[in-house]
Amino acid sequence: MSAKPVEKIVDFCQGIFEDITFAKARQWKDAQPGRKVIGYMPVYVPREIIHAAGMLPLGILGGGADMEVIHGDAYYQSYICRIPRSTIELAITGKLDFVDGMMFPSICDVIRNLSGIWQIMFKDKYVRYFDAPQNFKDEIGGVFYSNELRELKEGLEKLGGREITDAQINNSIAVYNENRDWVNRVYDFRAATPWNAPAAEVYLLMRAGMVLPVEEHTQLMKDYLEAAAAEPRPMRDNCRVTLIGTFCEQPPLNLIKSLEMAGCYIVDDDTMLVTRWLLEAVPTDGDPIDNLSKAFLHHSAETAAKYEVNLEEKGSYMLESIRKRGADGVIFAAPSFCDPALLDQPMMVHRLEALGIPYITMQYAENSGQMQPIREQAGTFADSIKLWSSS
Amino acid sequence: MNNSNQDVIKSNSQLLQKEMISRNYDRITSGQFKVSSTFVPGNLNELLMCFDIANNLPEINAIQNAMRKKSGDFITEAERSGHSEDVCTYVKADIGMMEKGNIAPNGKPFPDPDMLLLSYTGCFTFLKWFELLREQYKCPTVMLHVPYAADGKVTKNMRDYIVTQLKEEVIPTMEKISGIKFDIDRLREYLRKSAQAENDLVWMLEQSKHKPSPIDCYFGGVYYMGPIFTAFRGTDEAIVYYKLLREEIQQRIDLGLCAQTPEGDMSEEKYRLVVEGPPNWTSFREFWKMFYEMGAVVVASSYTKVGGVYDYDNFRHDPDHPLESLADYCLGVYTNRNLPTRVDMLARNVKEYEADGLLINSIKSCNSFSAGQLVMMREIEKLTGKPGAFIETDLVDPRYFSAANVKNRLESYFQMIDQKRRAGGSATVAV
Amino acid sequence: MRTFIGIDLGSTTTKAVLMDENRQVLGRGITNSRSNYDVAAKVSKQESKIAARFTLFKNALGSGGGAELLLADLERNFRLEQFLSELNQLEATCYRYLDHERFKDLKGPLREALETVFKTITVEAPTIYAPGAERKSDFFRDIAGSRFMNLAESVGKQAGLSFDVLLNVYDKSIIDIESQVSSDETVSAQLLNGLARAMGEVAGLDISKADAQKALESVLGQELEETYVVGTGYGRVRLPFPKEHIRSEILCHGLGAHMMFPRTRTVLDIGGQDTKGIQVDENGIVVNFQMNDRCAAGCGRYLGYIADEMNIGLHELGPIAMKATKATRINSTCTVFAGAELRDRMAMGENRADILAGLHRAIMLRAMSIISRSGGVTEEFTFTGGVAKNEAAVKELRQLIFENYGEKTINISAESIYTGALGGASFAHSAGN
Repeated sequence: MSAKPVEKIVDFCQGIFEDITFAKARQWKDAQPGRKVIGYMPVYVPREIIHAAGMLPLGILGGGADMEVIHGDAYYQSYICRIPRSTIELAITGKLDFVDGMMFPSICDVIRNLSGIWQIMFKDKYVRYFDAPQNFKDEIGGVFYSNELRELKEGLEKLGGREITDAQINNSIAVYNENRDWVNRVYDFRAATPWNAPAAEVYLLMRAGMVLPVEEHTQLMKDYLEAAAAEPRPMRDNCRVTLIGTFCEQPPLNLIKSLEMAGCYIVDDDTMLVTRWLLEAVPTDGDPIDNLSKAFLHHSAETAAKYEVNLEEKGSYMLESIRKRGADGVIFAAPSFCDPALLDQPMMVHRLEALGIPYITMQYAENSGQMQPIREQAGTFADSIKLWSSS
Repeated sequence: MNNSNQDVIKSNSQLLQKEMISRNYDRITSGQFKVSSTFVPGNLNELLMCFDIANNLPEINAIQNAMRKKSGDFITEAERSGHSEDVCTYVKADIGMMEKGNIAPNGKPFPDPDMLLLSYTGCFTFLKWFELLREQYKCPTVMLHVPYAADGKVTKNMRDYIVTQLKEEVIPTMEKISGIKFDIDRLREYLRKSAQAENDLVWMLEQSKHKPSPIDCYFGGVYYMGPIFTAFRGTDEAIVYYKLLREEIQQRIDLGLCAQTPEGDMSEEKYRLVVEGPPNWTSFREFWKMFYEMGAVVVASSYTKVGGVYDYDNFRHDPDHPLESLADYCLGVYTNRNLPTRVDMLARNVKEYEADGLLINSIKSCNSFSAGQLVMMREIEKLTGKPGAFIETDLVDPRYFSAANVKNRLESYFQMIDQKRRAGGSATVAV
Repeated sequence: MRTFIGIDLGSTTTKAVLMDENRQVLGRGITNSRSNYDVAAKVSKQESKIAARFTLFKNALGSGGGAELLLADLERNFRLEQFLSELNQLEATCYRYLDHERFKDLKGPLREALETVFKTITVEAPTIYAPGAERKSDFFRDIAGSRFMNLAESVGKQAGLSFDVLLNVYDKSIIDIESQVSSDETVSAQLLNGLARAMGEVAGLDISKADAQKALESVLGQELEETYVVGTGYGRVRLPFPKEHIRSEILCHGLGAHMMFPRTRTVLDIGGQDTKGIQVDENGIVVNFQMNDRCAAGCGRYLGYIADEMNIGLHELGPIAMKATKATRINSTCTVFAGAELRDRMAMGENRADILAGLHRAIMLRAMSIISRSGGVTEEFTFTGGVAKNEAAVKELRQLIFENYGEKTINISAESIYTGALGGASFAHSAGN
């Protein structure tokens, strides 16, 4: 397959990103009668099971920076973050009418209660609040989680009108193993030569994975890596940062661009963790439910919505990211009014302070308009890191 | 030092409760008992009692500090040390108190807890709160994950998960800390006592069906529910308290009295409300006064179910199924129930208690309560045909109580009810 | 005759509406709210009575024979009389202050300067109230104040007096004048004087001087009994009214809008302090209402803040925004952040009119959320409050209503500022009958 230019791939992703009608997902659904689409919110759902049911998992990540929210504000007080109100706006204005079911992972009380709003307002849709365990022992949290996965499987079987076999799930696990592998390769590539894979491009590439069928997304990442390697770009004198935001509500694309423009290469981040939540390949033989459960319990990423059993381990995922990606510092960008991100942040900060790792904190909403203060803050941070490391 | 003014009228049950609370603080600060911190919703008081562990509830401490006008400084202190203005003020009031010497309401310093019982029940913030405290105290922390009753029912998987956690995690940790072996018969005995007090509690809740209502089930209710939701469920003291309360309320009914307020009995009951959401604590008395001054009494509220729901599906602690009943208690906590259930509960309250409507006090700190309340209001209006109203305050942050604003909305609401009543009686109000 | 009065005590102006037994509005009065709400209420009430007397006089004269001309001239001359009489009192008050410790030493030169200033204003007064003359405000404080400032500066300079001292005398005196309420007798005399002037000025009348005077005297002789007064608005709790005479402004607004446009089912009121979305039934009874939450975004104050930020007058915002070719997207709903975003946009060289159009859209988006929260727009819609006078805001509102609820009738009354007082008067009528 001949290499496409980077620009073309990025434009394609940008088109998906900007399209709040989800045309690509609609096309997939319309291509065959009886197809079903399951929307899911951040941070993690086992997409393998949806895939095995022959359905399309569709990541719903709010309305973005440019959508005018009118009715959504009628559902939420001003002190609640923006993603639920723009998500409601999407639904009320018919942009999710083709979505057959919605999954709300257990990440915070706002998203949890959004599942109830869905139950009340969209009675004809499949609604699944997806509770993940906060106990990580096989015989306790594992049993609970395996049963939750089975309940999910049964729910989707009912919705789809067909059984989901273990073989199908194992096949889907293999498909997602490959996808995660390529996601990690993109991240590795960016960490090695961040000038060749700007953060905004990587972000858009991952966003495309929220909408496209997983197989297409995997191919897209392969194409991108080939094209990006073939088009070296000038290296700039930027510092290297890990971007942490417990990203449920998404940062405006301009924010990501602004950070890099201001002199910070983003060499790791925790946006769209669903694409690399499971840290190791999941076995593709045996009981797929147990395998997925074990992967969650023992080999999954750390995020504010997950309890850390050992005090000493708190923040270890972040510290490992800094080490592995060679980051000079951390930028915390929390969504305004986000309980998980904002309550977790002081503990993360304490870990960094103990190790003398520089960091800055900022807040945003998905529709934040001003980037000037962010550019200034990030620019100062980059300068101070450069001064600090050269002294 | 005390918030209660000289002119506050207190009944015998209130005096008894005050004594009970101060006795518990003395127990916590005495240094003679192991101390566990835990949360009000779904708290496992009977289980802690099995190990002679004193029960310290940070939420109650935050409330106490708010009513003593101290929470504002504590919150500022926590924000100075890096906590966001956007997050829960219970947490910040607690952390600020810690940073300012950790003094209990009885004037003695709180001991460092021997364990943190992280009962993760109906509130995400609990999880982070105790991770933050653990960082400070570095004491054993045990997670009890209570799954959310997302489909309005308790599944076997949920109950089994909790029971296993109790057996494998919670009880062993308590045994280790206290040095006391778990005795299930001791637990059964406490649960038997819980159920006895719970019967009287439910009787109390239902008396506001009377017209006039002898009690206020929100402002007054927070006092009435105190012992059952804190360190007294399962004790003889709680049984005595609820018996006394029952006698007092019965007497009020016999005399045909309106609800009791800090300034005596209400002279007239003009409006009957159902209230959703916690109260504001920093201006509790001022807030309450806005209601009784206008003749409004709260006949039912979701906040009196915050520790556990007893009336809706008739839950009682069950000595014959001790661990399972603890699991069901946790699962049934109000904020652990999905929105359709909360809507049903409140709509039934409006109808069964013959209320004029639903008032929502939306709390900035508490997304578990607040996210979705506007949808709930519309649904309940639809189901009952009664008007709803919406006000916004905070739990313990004095910066978020705007008296003029709240009063304006309440007045408008009450007058709207008036106007509707008049329109119902005569033909039209205007040409 | 029995009358029913509604008084709406707002944060900047106080309005009164007076109606008769048949719910006919006889008069409307408005004044600035000052620091004293009690006086503001009395003044607005007196103003509504004055307007009522005009209505009654008009009815007495009937139509034709130059009655309209006479009424217009009487109004103008009455205002002149009122102005002169208040100016007289202001002058006398100023002189009294000269005996104060602060001014004693300069009493002579100050008095001389003040005499010059007041003499000049007195001479100018007929020009200020000349036929067709435009006045930026109808409040005595504004007209007299601006003339005083202008003159005091030059007169003071010539006399070697500091402007500040003269201003200080004025400031003290105007407060006293503003706390006075004209008695019915004073008003009657002013009206009769005004009529005498008008009869001398208006040519070609079929009405004889004696008939006109007799008719006016008969109107003035009629007692306007305050059968029932209802207070509403932000300052209502500070009114010395018994509780049953006070109504929430939400109810009054709903009823007032219904009185103006009986098919109204949804009312949007954007005032300085808050935004209200109100749903009323076919009788004007409020069935649901929502107000902006703690956050002030979307209130009139937001526009005031933007005007300050851009250093232009509040009333200029709308006209500038109307010149926009597109609306710049303003994302910040927060008043404070909007200021920063605005500077950001200006710095990036965006067109001022486009930014302002975007700001108007942002404020109306917030209003739309409040409307949506209260239950949306199903039938006729009425827009009230100060922001309803802003054409750019109205344009955005029309657009948004159309986009979200389809083709709906949108009512905006020229008398929209009296909506709350009108509702109050109607409540007074119901209560007093």
